[in-house]
Amino acid sequence: MGVVPLGDLAAYVEFSRTLDLEVNAMVQRLAVAVHARGAPFIRDVVPALGGLALHFAPDFEGNCAQAAAELVELCLKEGIRSAEDVLRTVQMPVCYDPEFALDIEEVSIKTDLSVMEVQKLHTEAEYRVLMMGFAPGHAYMGGLDARLAVPRRATPRAVVAAGSIAIANEQTVVYPYAISGGWNVIGRTPLAVFDTERQEPSLFACGDRVRFRAIDKAEFIKLAGKR
Amino acid sequence: MSIKVLRPGLLTTVQDQGRHGLQHIGLCPGGAMDPVALALANALVGNPVGGAALEITVIGPELLFEEDSLVAVCGAEFQGGFPHNRPVLAPAGSRYNVGRAIRGARAYLSVAGGFAIDPVLGSRSTYLPGAFGGFKGRSLRHGDMLPLNEKSSILSRERFNLLKKTRNGTTRWSAPPQTLPDREPIVIHVMEGQHFAEFDAGAARAFFDAVWRIAPDSNRMGFRLGGPLLARAGSGDLSDEILSGPTCLGTVQVPPNGAPIVLMADHQTTGGYPKIAEIASADVPRLAQLAPGGKVHFARCSLETAAELRRHMKERLAAALRGIAWEYGT
Repeated sequence: MGVVPLGDLAAYVEFSRTLDLEVNAMVQRLAVAVHARGAPFIRDVVPALGGLALHFAPDFEGNCAQAAAELVELCLKEGIRSAEDVLRTVQMPVCYDPEFALDIEEVSIKTDLSVMEVQKLHTEAEYRVLMMGFAPGHAYMGGLDARLAVPRRATPRAVVAAGSIAIANEQTVVYPYAISGGWNVIGRTPLAVFDTERQEPSLFACGDRVRFRAIDKAEFIKLAGKR
Repeated sequence: MSIKVLRPGLLTTVQDQGRHGLQHIGLCPGGAMDPVALALANALVGNPVGGAALEITVIGPELLFEEDSLVAVCGAEFQGGFPHNRPVLAPAGSRYNVGRAIRGARAYLSVAGGFAIDPVLGSRSTYLPGAFGGFKGRSLRHGDMLPLNEKSSILSRERFNLLKKTRNGTTRWSAPPQTLPDREPIVIHVMEGQHFAEFDAGAARAFFDAVWRIAPDSNRMGFRLGGPLLARAGSGDLSDEILSGPTCLGTVQVPPNGAPIVLMADHQTTGGYPKIAEIASADVPRLAQLAPGGKVHFARCSLETAAELRRHMKERLAAALRGIAWEYGT
């Protein structure tokens, strides 16, 4: 474990410099434990891929890196919950219709799989949210079938439609808003990924299991209408 | 009971102290780019320091006050408008009409009693990328009616009556501005970032030697810096991917093209670009007062110095707030 100051009001407690799924899962449970302690000077506990960031309130006096290290060590010593305790599965309907799946043809050519096989491999896998970031509600999910691993697009799109499901390398994401992005779009969900009106604004949280369910366009329209 | 927008200006949004505690779902705190000026503007009209005010950017708006309103404008100086850094009673029917910013980039206009808009996720700040918070999740437009607290005019007169005032509806005293740039390039303190050592020696030197210019495509999410291009050691290209990690307000990251970006209020919560530096938190509000074209020079500092700067900033602000409270007789 290494602690790096992120400026004078945050610190990054790092456990791995490469993506290690076990470390990642531990970091997420550790973040829950750190958050649960409710230290008054901590504003945000943010789990990332290989470590977690602690953001401090501006009136905190003292050394953030040191305080972060002490807090994290205390939580580790007390023991964090086991993986099974923090499981939640999010089911997400996805329409793979060509109208939404802008890059599925290209993915199919690059992977030497048929469009149907791409869709099948994407829905069959179970994913886990490795990190939240980039935009509110935006989840980086691991677990993509290795046969679907394609690099990001050479030129990112200026705008990717809200709800777009995209893949790159061995991860998949869902774009919560119409934002710019360079991942390969293979479908779209009718659900609102981030909605400030909901009790829990984000559909995803770190550590969630995620499963995609293929729906046709009629169901997409029906579900989108309910929003 | 509202403020009518006759001309919106370049980018006028409702901002408060931001929404905290949601970075774990990818939502940055946002809020006022210059929270020090926000606090002063609020205190001058008797509002809580973190309350919502209008953030006025580079080219100001024209606003019509429908009823008596006690207002204060702090931060950047604009052509025209009300006298700065002091409470001003704007009588019903008066107009706040400003041109360009003369010094600084962002001013905060607060009204006694605040705006009658509901908080979203605990804050009234406008989050433009997500189109929520503030006034309809967007910047003000021509014809908008920005609703005021129903007691705003009563509070305005009551509070103004507590003050010793001049005949033209303001006070003789003013609060000292705290974040305005004197002379450019302004000097901003930074600490070495997580990946500082991974940049080649020339790039590390250039980062501290250069006078950087705020690029035109800068916004509330980030300031892009024009100047020398910074290369990472070894390959000389920045394409080696690093594992995405957390970022924060004031992180200076360097994307593959070598042109640094400073993350500002509406920043992304995680990023995959190497972080060359972190701006001392006390200096972020001063940096926020630079408009595109503004010049900045970075001075290296230690974590201890940054903490010291933070303490100084807090003390200066507290002294200004005490002075204002004294004028109100509280």
